[in-house]
Amino acid sequence: MIVAVASGKGGTGKTTVAASLVRAWDGPVQAVDLDVEEPNLHLFLHPEMEGGRRADMIVPLADQAKCNACRACAEICQFKAITVLGEYVVAFPEMCHGCGGCMAVCPTGAITEETRELGQVLWGWSGEARFLMGRLRVGEAMSPPLMREVVKHLDPERDAIIDAPPGTSCPPINAVRRADVIVLVSEPTPFGYHDLKLAREAFAPLGKPMGLVVNRAGLGDNQLYDYCRATGLPLLMEIPFDRRVAQAYSEGRVVIEACPEYAEAFGELVGRIRDLAVCERIEARRA
Amino acid sequence: MLEITIISGKGGTGKTSLTGALAHLARGHVLCDLDVDAPDLHLLLDPDYERDEDFYSGHRAVIAEDRCTGCGDCLARCRFEAIRDEGGRLVVDPIACEGCGVCVHFCPAEAIDFPEEHCGRWYVSSTRFGPMVHAQLFPGQENSGRLVSLLRQEARELAEARGLETIISDGAPGIGCPVISSLSGTSLAVIVTEPTPSGRHDMERVADLAEHFRIPQVVVVNKWDINPDQSRSIEAWCAERRIEVAGRLPYDPDFTRAMVERKVITEFQARGTADEVRAVWARIQEIAGLLKAA
Repeated sequence: MIVAVASGKGGTGKTTVAASLVRAWDGPVQAVDLDVEEPNLHLFLHPEMEGGRRADMIVPLADQAKCNACRACAEICQFKAITVLGEYVVAFPEMCHGCGGCMAVCPTGAITEETRELGQVLWGWSGEARFLMGRLRVGEAMSPPLMREVVKHLDPERDAIIDAPPGTSCPPINAVRRADVIVLVSEPTPFGYHDLKLAREAFAPLGKPMGLVVNRAGLGDNQLYDYCRATGLPLLMEIPFDRRVAQAYSEGRVVIEACPEYAEAFGELVGRIRDLAVCERIEARRA
Repeated sequence: MLEITIISGKGGTGKTSLTGALAHLARGHVLCDLDVDAPDLHLLLDPDYERDEDFYSGHRAVIAEDRCTGCGDCLARCRFEAIRDEGGRLVVDPIACEGCGVCVHFCPAEAIDFPEEHCGRWYVSSTRFGPMVHAQLFPGQENSGRLVSLLRQEARELAEARGLETIISDGAPGIGCPVISSLSGTSLAVIVTEPTPSGRHDMERVADLAEHFRIPQVVVVNKWDINPDQSRSIEAWCAERRIEVAGRLPYDPDFTRAMVERKVITEFQARGTADEVRAVWARIQEIAGLLKAA
C-alpha cells in the first residue's frame, strides 16, 4: 500500500505525520520524500544514506552546421525552449520539458540529445525503514520529472509513506497520483481550512480515498470540523496544540519518539488508514 | 519601482501573516499574492473584486475516439506516460499530460485535439490596505510560473498607472517554478524562516536560489523563542553569508487570533509583537532605500 501525506497549506505538519507514521507502521515500510524542492523528512528520520545518483532530463543540443533554419523545432516546441533567430537555431535547455518533439521533427538531424541535471535521487535506511528521497537542484524549475525518477526506486515489497509537497498544482498531484490513500494534514485556522478545501478539490479527480489529520487542534476556529461533517471527509486523528510537539519538531525528533504518549494514537491512525483503503476496495467491487 | 517579495522555502513559517502586516504598515503600494495555487492573503484583506479575468495557458491532448485508428504512435512517443491503452482504446490521462503536442503533431490520423487550457482566474481588487493583484489557479493545474509572471506584470502596470512606488508580494513555498518566477528581477527578497531543522534547511536552499538569481535578500526569524539556540545558529549562518537579519519575531498565538478575525497582527495588537513587526518593516524600508540609492 502507498500512503501519501499531503496538504494544501505548507507547514501544517505533513512531515511530522509522515515521520511518525513510518515509525508506527505495522509492517515493512519505506519513507519517501517527494517534496523534492524542500525535502525535510531526512531531518527527522536521520537515515544512513547508502547511495544516490544524479537524475537528468534529456534536452536539445542544436548543431548550427546541420540546421537549415526550417523552424520545425520552434513550431513544435510549446515551451519556447528552442527557436530560430534568422539563420541561427538557439536552444534554451532550462526551459525544456523534455518531450523530445524538436529532435523527432528536425528533418536534418541538427538536434541531438544533451542532459540537464534535475537533482539527486538518494536512498538509505532509517532503522528498519527504507528511505528514499529526491533533492531538486537549486535553480531547477520543474519538480515532477525528478519525482518520476524517485518513484522508479520504490521497493514494491514494502508499503510506502510519501511526504508530498504543499500546494494544489502539478507537484503535489504528481506526488499523490500513485497513492492508494491520501492523508491530508491541516490546522484549524482560516488559512488551513481554505487550503485544505483546495487540496481536496485538486485530488478529488484521482478518485482516491482521503482522510484528514487535524494538527494543532485547539488553535484557531472550527471551520475545518464543520467542513468534515458537512462533506463526509473522515477525521482520522487530532494532534493537540502542544508546545512539546513543537519543541520535539524544532529539535529534529519524531513526535512519537519524543512524546511516547502519542504512540497509541499513531498506531490507531495506521489502522484507520488501512481501513480507508479496504473500504475503498469494497466500494469499488460493489460498483 | 521597488518590488519586495516575501518567500520562505518552507511553508507555514508566517509569510502571509507578515505580508499582511507589512501591507498595513506600508504607504503607496500595490499588493500582490504570488502563491497562486494556495493563496491566502485575500482571507486577511477581504478584497472588493474590481476586475476578474480568465487565465488560459498551455494545452492538453485529447484523443478523438471516432478518428483514432489505434495505431499506438502516440503511446510510443509520449515521454510522460500520459497515454494509456484501455483495451485497444487509447486515452490521454489529463493529469499526466504535459501539453507538449508531440502526439498531436505526429498522429497519422490527425485524431488528437489540442484545446487550450483554462487554468485559473486573476483579479485586481481594492482592499483596506490598497490595491491588490491576485489569482486562483484551478486545483490541479500547472503553469503557475506563467501566472506569477502575469500577476507581476499587472502589478507593475497598476503601480505605474496610480503613481505608486512599491510592490509588496507574498510568494509561494518551495524553490521551483512559481518561486523562480516570483524572484527573477525583484528588488528585495525577504526570507521568513523559523528555528526548526526544516525551517533552516529550506531557508538555506531558497537563499541559494535568490543568490543564484543575484537578488538582494534579508532574513526574518519568526517564532524565534521556540528554539533560541537554533535561532542564534540561523543568525550566525546569515552573518557568514552576509545576509542581514532584518529582525526576529516571537511565537505569538495572536497571529492566529488575528487571522480568525480576518485581521493582521498590527491591527489586532496595539503594542507587543506588533511593535516588533513595525521595527522589521522599518529596517526593510531602510535596506530598500539603500538599494534604491545604489
